[in-house]
Amino acid sequence: MDDSGPRRTVETPEGVAVVVEVADLGTRAAALLIDLLIVVCAAVLVALLCVWALAPVVGSSLSAALFHLCSFLLRGPYFLFFELRWQGQTPGKRWLGLRVVDRRGGALSPRGLVARNLMREVEVFMPMGLLLTLQFGGGEPWLYYSALLWMGVFTLMPLFNRDRLRVGDMLGGTWVVAAGGRTLGRDLASRWGASGASAAAAATEAPSPAAVFRFNAGQLDVYGIAELQVLEKLLRGPRTPTTRETMEEVCERIRAKVGWPTPVSGPDVERFLEDYYAALRGHLELRALFGDRRADKFALRPRAAARTAANTGEKAPRGGKRNAWGG
Amino acid sequence: MADEGLPSYRFRRERQDRWQQLDALVTRAERNGLRSLDAEELLNVPLLYRACASSLSVARSISLDADLLEYLESLVRRAYFVVYGARSSMAALLGRFFARDLPAAVRGAWRPVALSAVLLLGGVAAGWTITAADAVWFEAFVSADMAQGRTPSASREDLRETLFKKPPAAEALTAFASFLFQHNAGIGMLCFALGAAFGVPVVVLLFYNGLVLGAMCAVFARQALTADFLAWIAIHGTTELAAVVICGAAGFHLAGAMIDPGRRSRLAALSASGRRAATLVVGAVVMLFVAAGIEAFGRQLVTNTPARFAIGGFMLAAWCAYFGLCGRRRGPARQTGG
Repeated sequence: MDDSGPRRTVETPEGVAVVVEVADLGTRAAALLIDLLIVVCAAVLVALLCVWALAPVVGSSLSAALFHLCSFLLRGPYFLFFELRWQGQTPGKRWLGLRVVDRRGGALSPRGLVARNLMREVEVFMPMGLLLTLQFGGGEPWLYYSALLWMGVFTLMPLFNRDRLRVGDMLGGTWVVAAGGRTLGRDLASRWGASGASAAAAATEAPSPAAVFRFNAGQLDVYGIAELQVLEKLLRGPRTPTTRETMEEVCERIRAKVGWPTPVSGPDVERFLEDYYAALRGHLELRALFGDRRADKFALRPRAAARTAANTGEKAPRGGKRNAWGG
Repeated sequence: MADEGLPSYRFRRERQDRWQQLDALVTRAERNGLRSLDAEELLNVPLLYRACASSLSVARSISLDADLLEYLESLVRRAYFVVYGARSSMAALLGRFFARDLPAAVRGAWRPVALSAVLLLGGVAAGWTITAADAVWFEAFVSADMAQGRTPSASREDLRETLFKKPPAAEALTAFASFLFQHNAGIGMLCFALGAAFGVPVVVLLFYNGLVLGAMCAVFARQALTADFLAWIAIHGTTELAAVVICGAAGFHLAGAMIDPGRRSRLAALSASGRRAATLVVGAVVMLFVAAGIEAFGRQLVTNTPARFAIGGFMLAAWCAYFGLCGRRRGPARQTGG
């Protein structure tokens, strides 16, 4: 994922390292806006209900009391209720795929949620109230500046730490992470080496025969994991006229680099790339099993690296510019 | 046939049914809550979760398929959220909170409670003494809309009427109570929240509220209405002031973690004491709710001074007994058991 936030590893109680992605601040702000919008709409609805439906029946002051109670419940308690009920999600967070989780990887504690939502009063509602009073009540300059300072310290706290914790998160021992899932794409290597019944079963989308392009070890030794995954991205991307062009270009580059004798064109381009991808992946995975994870094409093979170091007495040379398929 | 294809491809083919099974369960749990899963599925979730977690660690070492790794990571992450979410039901949560957590938190924080009680009462004493010595100070402590005519210049009859008048419509007070509830609960939360600023604002807030109360006391004392006024305050005030004291204690508790985190980092100390302080504030908000109820109904119904004192005193004793005695049983029981 390219648009991901900083990643952190959380160890679960049974010792599995789970990678979480600290939620983007803009997304969190948007989720808060959605929630506030819901709260404001609900408050307006309750107010209208109180004025039109309740007031004639139970009297205006009791309905006003009810309104005050509701508007109180619609602030902190609204967030608390949903985060308890929906396991760390409010409607806004759910919509945008965010989730509150325990920072140390344990179960989300109700008290932590209470703490983080009590703090909301100071971080969100108080500055808002202050701004409103300044807007409508005039107010004195010192009040204005102290309000600004206040917001600077509390409201902007998430900007000043690397885990984007707001003060409430610090108190509750929580953080907000991206909760979105993704679907599993098809295995691009499904055609590789498979034939007969299993190939037909695995590759129903592309009912083609087994690989037509085969490569030897020397032709697979020129690239590393980084290039493999760039190629994967290209093959998984949507098919547009531009990607066709890119594919042809990449195909030419690979062909030149591995010394493939015959030109490849037309529908064969994609097949060539897929076969090369599958062969390269198999090759690199096998090397990795033997303890040799080749990061990219600039990383030398262990034996070659040793030879270079012995010859020149220096560290292995590294490529200058790292454009994946450039040279 | 099983030997065909890349090892990572075979690895995926053999396991992806289980991944997709977990994916389906987790998706349903995310969309409709855990309740939508039946008993068998619920039991399956942790099993599948563990299987997928081990798939992930195998995949990390044998597969270079970025899409597969990303998928497994997101699947394990989502399943982990489902398996380790906040689990208890609302009713069980509330029961445990009032039976054990809240009294234990108050007992555990007796030092901050004592400190904020001293500050509040000190404010009352200071406000009372200063205003009694020179009534000019009254305006410095109490704003005009808070005083509502109950100033040093008001006559004895006017002041007396504020204490004993029957409201024109009993309902008018429900709105008043609700306003107070919102206002006081707001102050309570503020106390908590301001604790994170090293507790200085909490001191100010507590002492200032004490000053206001003390100044009002002095005004009524000048007209020889001390007992009547104190009874008027006490009927709900014992509950309300106790709640304010507890909120202040929550603030000091946080401030303590900020000022002296001990061996832990400030962040770790804050999140540990933040949870206890949150318990205190929720308890205090409930108390403020009770206080507002007493204020709205009890004070208008009970209009004689000794009865008001009796109710206030009873409430205070009840709160003390609750915080002092409730939820203690679990500690000794565990000791005898172990």
